[in-house]
Amino acid sequence: MKTFRIGGVHPHDNKQFSAHQPITECPLPKQAIIPLVQHIGAPAQAVVEVGAKVKVGELLAKAGGFVSANICSPVSGTVTKIGDWTDAWGAPGQAIFIDVQGDEWLPEIDRTPDLARQCTLDPKAIIDKIAAAGIVGLGGACFPTHVKLMPPPGKKAEVLIVNGVECEPYLTCDHQLMMEHGEEIIIGIQILMKALGVQRAIIGIENNKKDAIEHMQNLAQSKLGIEVLPLALKYPQGGEKQLIDACIGRQVPSGALPIETGAVVDNVATIFAVYEAVQKNKPLISRVMTVTGKNIAKPGNYLVRFGTPIDQVIEMAGGVPEDTGKLIGGGPMMGRAMDHTEHMPANKRLSGLLFLPEAESIRPEAENCIRCGKCVQACPMGLEPYLLQRMSELEMWDDVEKHNVMDCIDCGCCVFTCPAHRPLLDDIRKGKAKVGAILRERAAAAAAEKK
Amino acid sequence: MSHFITSPAPHVHSGDSVRRNMLLVILALLPAYVVSVIEFGYGALITAAVSVLACVGTEWLVSRYILNEQKQTIGDLSAVLTGLLLAFNLPSTIDWWIVVIGAVFAIAVAKMTYGGLGQNLFNPALAGRVFLLIAYPAQMTTWPLAKGFETSYVDAETGATPLAFLKQAVKDGQLVADKLPAIKDAFLGAMGGSLGEVCALALILGGLFLICTRVITWHIPVSILATVALWAAVTGWAGLLPADLTTANYVAYSLCTGGIMLGAFFMATDYVTSPMTAWGKIIFGIGIGIIVMVIRTWGAYPEGMSFAILIMNACVPLLNKLRPTRFGEKRK
Repeated sequence: MKTFRIGGVHPHDNKQFSAHQPITECPLPKQAIIPLVQHIGAPAQAVVEVGAKVKVGELLAKAGGFVSANICSPVSGTVTKIGDWTDAWGAPGQAIFIDVQGDEWLPEIDRTPDLARQCTLDPKAIIDKIAAAGIVGLGGACFPTHVKLMPPPGKKAEVLIVNGVECEPYLTCDHQLMMEHGEEIIIGIQILMKALGVQRAIIGIENNKKDAIEHMQNLAQSKLGIEVLPLALKYPQGGEKQLIDACIGRQVPSGALPIETGAVVDNVATIFAVYEAVQKNKPLISRVMTVTGKNIAKPGNYLVRFGTPIDQVIEMAGGVPEDTGKLIGGGPMMGRAMDHTEHMPANKRLSGLLFLPEAESIRPEAENCIRCGKCVQACPMGLEPYLLQRMSELEMWDDVEKHNVMDCIDCGCCVFTCPAHRPLLDDIRKGKAKVGAILRERAAAAAAEKK
Repeated sequence: MSHFITSPAPHVHSGDSVRRNMLLVILALLPAYVVSVIEFGYGALITAAVSVLACVGTEWLVSRYILNEQKQTIGDLSAVLTGLLLAFNLPSTIDWWIVVIGAVFAIAVAKMTYGGLGQNLFNPALAGRVFLLIAYPAQMTTWPLAKGFETSYVDAETGATPLAFLKQAVKDGQLVADKLPAIKDAFLGAMGGSLGEVCALALILGGLFLICTRVITWHIPVSILATVALWAAVTGWAGLLPADLTTANYVAYSLCTGGIMLGAFFMATDYVTSPMTAWGKIIFGIGIGIIVMVIRTWGAYPEGMSFAILIMNACVPLLNKLRPTRFGEKRK
């Protein structure tokens, strides 16, 4: 069975808690909080004013640049405030606050569950619709999807790779989405193939989801050019670069875009959103979130409108378990530990909520590096984490840069595997931030000289 | 407002620890140790006990009274492992106070002066052994015959190890067949030698256990064994062996005697003193294989594994400049 070629680790997948739990809709909130940054790139610009009445699907904020995304209203009601807001990690930003009244949708949105198979739009119209719907990559990175569909001049997409890997432990939302909305995903794939002008699509699914592999295989059987590729279980297979390597055996060169290999990767949840936007005129206003953990009462997969306070989602799953030490937004490998839940809404970036018991929440004390080399074996980018950590700690930025720190994808394999519990990635992130700043400065200086 | 614990990702861990790795290596050494006790009797028990106690005691005393450390590190079991490995590299009949001197040198000089576990350049157990070899050459090269509990601890019947005969065979073309143990005995450990080096079978089993449990990788042991075997085979094909020693037998004796197995699976693979990358490990292993055969063929000592590993230990910082294959790098 295929997988990526360098490094990787095997964490317990712990998907048994929420796997196969049917997608359950979360009730509407009284007040919705809509952050203006729910994607990578420039913040969206609010286009509504305080006091405005909005319907579900109406544009609230438009993309603030080329790499940015629209934000459409997930609820109907009155805008009460546009202003400062702080997320659960303490980062400041802007948000639109809406008092929810009823559930009134824009009339053009098709809310029936009927499948809409035919798509007669041309590629440009498809991409425009995706951009208008504010669709971003729902696998975690939140890169605006329409930007990915417009390769830079000279580059040509050859294959669409569909990410059904869900390699993060605990998370099951993509798995359940494939089981319940596989047909829509297949239609979405055909739409994207048309938009990209490619004849081939590969759906990569890890082998711990055998039912999803079989289900998607059955659905894809009669569809020309779409194949399902079962992949051997290994983290971080859902990483864009690792998945391209696993599916077509090509590696994105350092510093280059994935399109260099001829592949465009989109997550199954993103593709479901594409189907809804193009075929049903429904913008991206909700997503399936996994709420899970060893001690949570009702772990499951919840369909949540953006803006819904996560407190409300947690309540649906039975409330915060008593022995909770950490609450993680996302999966345990790359998700971020939240400080609190107040004023934190569901949004495009939040794929799940994971409650870790207190006993699993405290890092053991770091010991001396024993130079075992396990971090080097584990690094899926072929880097030397032990060395990058030490150099970052000593602020040797030139060396950090020379040792390819910018290739680091933040996957956490090094820390996961380190027997001495060293905070490798903490320091490497610091090195990456510093080198990134140095590179930007250098580029700005070079550009200034050119002028 | 309830506050949760926060820390950067990742939030789960493999469960691996320094202690677990040390414990698994100690476990992997046990089969060979059982054979040693069967072959050498009380001497094997006394030497190992003294060595382990002296190593752990030295680490405790040094960090408590010389380095004034608040936290003791003996719980990571690395000192226990060093003690066991040092004992494995000593003749079972050696005086207990010599063992203590070796242990003190291994821990106090070769490990703690550099800053403790993870910082040392040379394998502590081998540094201790080589110190003793230079300080007490007679005692260190007097090997007991393998006679189980009939071997008395201090005045055992002694004899030369097979390696001394092999050197004579290659260097002077002497007939040696009747002086060497049967290949089966060399493989199973019924021959003279250091406490833990004699049973190739038990050491291979322990080594495979370490590879299967991912404590070590195959690179170092395989490259050492392959280099030694190839060198021995070439010696045979070149017609340098006496009439009564076939090439196949010379290869087998070269692999099963003189601590090659112990060194390849347990000493050269020491995390701290071996390279970090796969290619580094392979070159490290080939280097050890070449140096050990050069010493065995032309050197003054019959046995060269300790020196070979220590010399290659010194090359590790250089070998660590070899980068792993980066993702997306052009492959040849």
